[in-house]
Amino acid sequence: MKFGVVVFPGSNCDKDMIYVLKEILKQEVVELWHKDTDLQGVDFVVLPGGFSYGDYLRSGAIARFSPIMEKVVDFANQGGYVMGICNGFQVLCEAGLLPGTLKHNNSQTFICKNVWLKPASNDMALTANLDTNKAYQIPIAHGEGHYFADDATLAELKSNNQIIAYYSNSNAEVLDSANPNGSVNSIAGVCNAGKNVFGMMPHPERAADENLGNIDGRAFFESLLKNLVPA
Amino acid sequence: MSEIAATASGVETAKELGLLAEEYQKIVEILGREPNFNELSIYSVMWSEHCSYKNSIVWLKTLPKDGPHMLVKAGEENAGLVDIGDGLACAFKIESHNHPSALEPYQGAATGVGGINRDIFTMGARPIAQLNSLRFGKLESKRTQWLLKGVTKGIGDYGNAFGIPTVGGEVYFDACYEQNPLVNAFSAGILNMETDKMISAKSGGPGNPVFIIGSFTGKDGIAGAAFASKDLTEASAEDIPSVQVGDPFQEKLLLEATLELAKTGAIVGMQDMGAAGITCSTSEMSAAGDLGMRIHLDKVPTRQADMKPWEILLSESQERMLAVVEKGREAEVKAIFDKWDLSCEQIGEVIAEDNLEYYWHGELCAQTPAQPLVLGGGAPVYYREHREPAYFKQYKEFDINSIIVPSDLQATAKKLMAHPNIASKRFVYNQYDSMVGTVNMSTNNPTDASIVNIKGTNRALAMTVDCNSRYVHVDPKVGTMIAVSEAARNIVVSGGVPSAVTNCLNFGNPYEPEVYWQFVNAIKGMSEACTKFETPVTGGNVSFYNQTVIKDSTEPVFPTPTIGMIGIVEDKKHITSIPFKSKGDLIYMLGENRNDISSSQYLVNIHGVENSSAPYFSLEEEYTLQEQLKMTIRKGLLASAHDVTEGGLFVALMEKSMSSGLGFDITSDSAIRSDAYLFGESQSRVVVSVNPENEDAFIDLMMLNGVEFDLLGHVTKGAVRIDDVSWGDVADYKEIYDTAIEMQL
Repeated sequence: MKFGVVVFPGSNCDKDMIYVLKEILKQEVVELWHKDTDLQGVDFVVLPGGFSYGDYLRSGAIARFSPIMEKVVDFANQGGYVMGICNGFQVLCEAGLLPGTLKHNNSQTFICKNVWLKPASNDMALTANLDTNKAYQIPIAHGEGHYFADDATLAELKSNNQIIAYYSNSNAEVLDSANPNGSVNSIAGVCNAGKNVFGMMPHPERAADENLGNIDGRAFFESLLKNLVPA
Repeated sequence: MSEIAATASGVETAKELGLLAEEYQKIVEILGREPNFNELSIYSVMWSEHCSYKNSIVWLKTLPKDGPHMLVKAGEENAGLVDIGDGLACAFKIESHNHPSALEPYQGAATGVGGINRDIFTMGARPIAQLNSLRFGKLESKRTQWLLKGVTKGIGDYGNAFGIPTVGGEVYFDACYEQNPLVNAFSAGILNMETDKMISAKSGGPGNPVFIIGSFTGKDGIAGAAFASKDLTEASAEDIPSVQVGDPFQEKLLLEATLELAKTGAIVGMQDMGAAGITCSTSEMSAAGDLGMRIHLDKVPTRQADMKPWEILLSESQERMLAVVEKGREAEVKAIFDKWDLSCEQIGEVIAEDNLEYYWHGELCAQTPAQPLVLGGGAPVYYREHREPAYFKQYKEFDINSIIVPSDLQATAKKLMAHPNIASKRFVYNQYDSMVGTVNMSTNNPTDASIVNIKGTNRALAMTVDCNSRYVHVDPKVGTMIAVSEAARNIVVSGGVPSAVTNCLNFGNPYEPEVYWQFVNAIKGMSEACTKFETPVTGGNVSFYNQTVIKDSTEPVFPTPTIGMIGIVEDKKHITSIPFKSKGDLIYMLGENRNDISSSQYLVNIHGVENSSAPYFSLEEEYTLQEQLKMTIRKGLLASAHDVTEGGLFVALMEKSMSSGLGFDITSDSAIRSDAYLFGESQSRVVVSVNPENEDAFIDLMMLNGVEFDLLGHVTKGAVRIDDVSWGDVADYKEIYDTAIEMQL
């Protein structure tokens, strides 16, 4: 698999993502500069976390207009795999590749901590090998991570199995008290109808290195690698 | 020169700018004429306390600054540089942003984070982790709550966007900081000595072009250094334009561009613009290189159209750098900054003479030699009078027998756990991105010092900031020795070896002899302890005037010499964490328990007694304990370790329990008062847990060196028992501990 990690000005999880893909999962990785228009023949595009263009307007609102994003949108629309983590998820929603939007956390503060995720289904490459009755400990770090979509969209996401995971407690129970940011239905991430574009606020790449004492995030990447269908 | 003489500014103007009459005379002697307003402005900021260290340098020079690992010593570059093995070096430093944060907590704290990180990456080192040390008034005060929220958000918003994890720190609350909070920010960066190039802060090569890089220059933060060099008063709010505004996005771009630039080798020298902006960077770089500069101020890109030369000279707009580039390689440099969409303008050139010439549309508007402006050059140096305050001897008369042991110790324990100085600071640290960079090894395995992974090696970096300023107040020398010892102890307990120190010296007005006495004794204590632990002081900063004049009374803050220390974990398997590991493990105390409650959180917050001396401390005992710990950890005999600090043994045990969910069953020492045993803060003590399989080896090793040790009890599934009496369950205490601060906000 050849991965391309987009580097926007202000991206700050790009190197973490590259480290996990390259050093831990032994995949080929290239950086895709925001001003470029060539995807370098990658099989999978990752939009990393960070504060693209400073996120002064609204998270992800400027990044979607960058030259590389035009190509990423075309790539996704042709069935290419794209995943956005945190700010990358916000960019994908702004670009219309994923339904819904991300609002300020209910607390009105930035929140960085470990949370638990319960995979919602096994119906996509990202979660196919995960246990839907188990909670995975994955960190979050965001100020605008409150996922919101209207009822019709939510019903569709649910019936098409487009929800990646819910915020839960350590026993995989989805409870309001375990929802860190107020996301509707405790949704932590979603994919598109074609199941080739994924977006989630939690950072699986921050839970993939044994040195850090938590490798729950690796399961997400391993599921991806096992279940991706080459274009 | 005629136009310069014609606009001479007199001694009255000098005084308005914060200079003394004698300093004005000195300027006249240096220039051989009366200075004009621009020049006077230059001198006023360069000779301010903040830039010149004029009231502290005599004593700072007595600190130990050389050690086996030092690559760049204090004062030589923007930050100290320490060899951490495997061809890597660590640049690290701590700085205060107290005065701006007192007026505008959000921007004040944010720009503090920006400034300290620029110091690190200006040297060509990529910042890897940050810490901070914060002090506020009592939490119940509305002003404190406003400051706490603003400072936390400011640090978070800046550091999070910049993308360097905040991996640890400390927060204290005490009435003495009510008007004047302390905001000390620490950053550490890594430089690969083989593949990266350190960037010097020295100018070089007459004829080389001088560039200003990064943000445009605006009217924000004009004369911030002078503002930071006087007392905070009710009128200080009028100084709000002295507070700068931060832009972490620009800083992030500047970081990436600077590190890319470092690799080209086209850079001769570079300095970030912090205090006193263009003035300070041009004069310090020139003086360090024994050269001068010709600068065209009208070429500086500005935010406002109507900026005057002195405003450009003094502006403290953030995210700017001054760079001297090798002549002929300008295009290469500009290409890098174009790539990152950053401004990069040539504003002058290096000249051979020791002279700074500032031009405005072709006309010379200020000139002075560089050397007299700077620390170590001609900047004033003062020996200040100091006098022992009356309280010092009086506090030593404290007698533990004047305090009655409370009848309900469990209630006392719960009250202590809820005190903001002890309770969880999660309201603060959850707002910081502590995990970006995927190097924070303490997230899932909490340690006394923060442990930062150095990817691709078997090593890790340990770092900590420490200062119990109450101890320093009651006994500046001993209190500062304790601060250094605690920092070293935190590193040792976590499995590291202490390496070097950066300090942030927060004190009151140096012209007050009693305040200056605190300063002098703190330095003496620091010297002694740093020498003992072989941790040289690589730099830092001094922040005087931390006191507030309200009506007629002056309230100095507690003297607060914050110690930032780094250490090296030579092998990751040495990392030893706080949480208990298994039920049935044995709990031991290393070090001696004493009948001592002096200056403890217990004495101050439960009994309301502020007048007592420092807790028991012996530097020799501390050193022996740490050496013993290093050995025990290397042998792999400890399941967990945590030192005893605020709140005493009970809180230390609780912290080991709350982070693991396991409880403890201990038996106290009948020779010691129960309150002193549980809550006393006598120093040089570490609580460890030992797997029963390792107990014999542990005892054999402990017998070798004469360090006192004591079996306290064992780890339980969750129950807390002391002397066969149930104290409830860990979960009860954790709820109190976790929510105490947020419930008050």
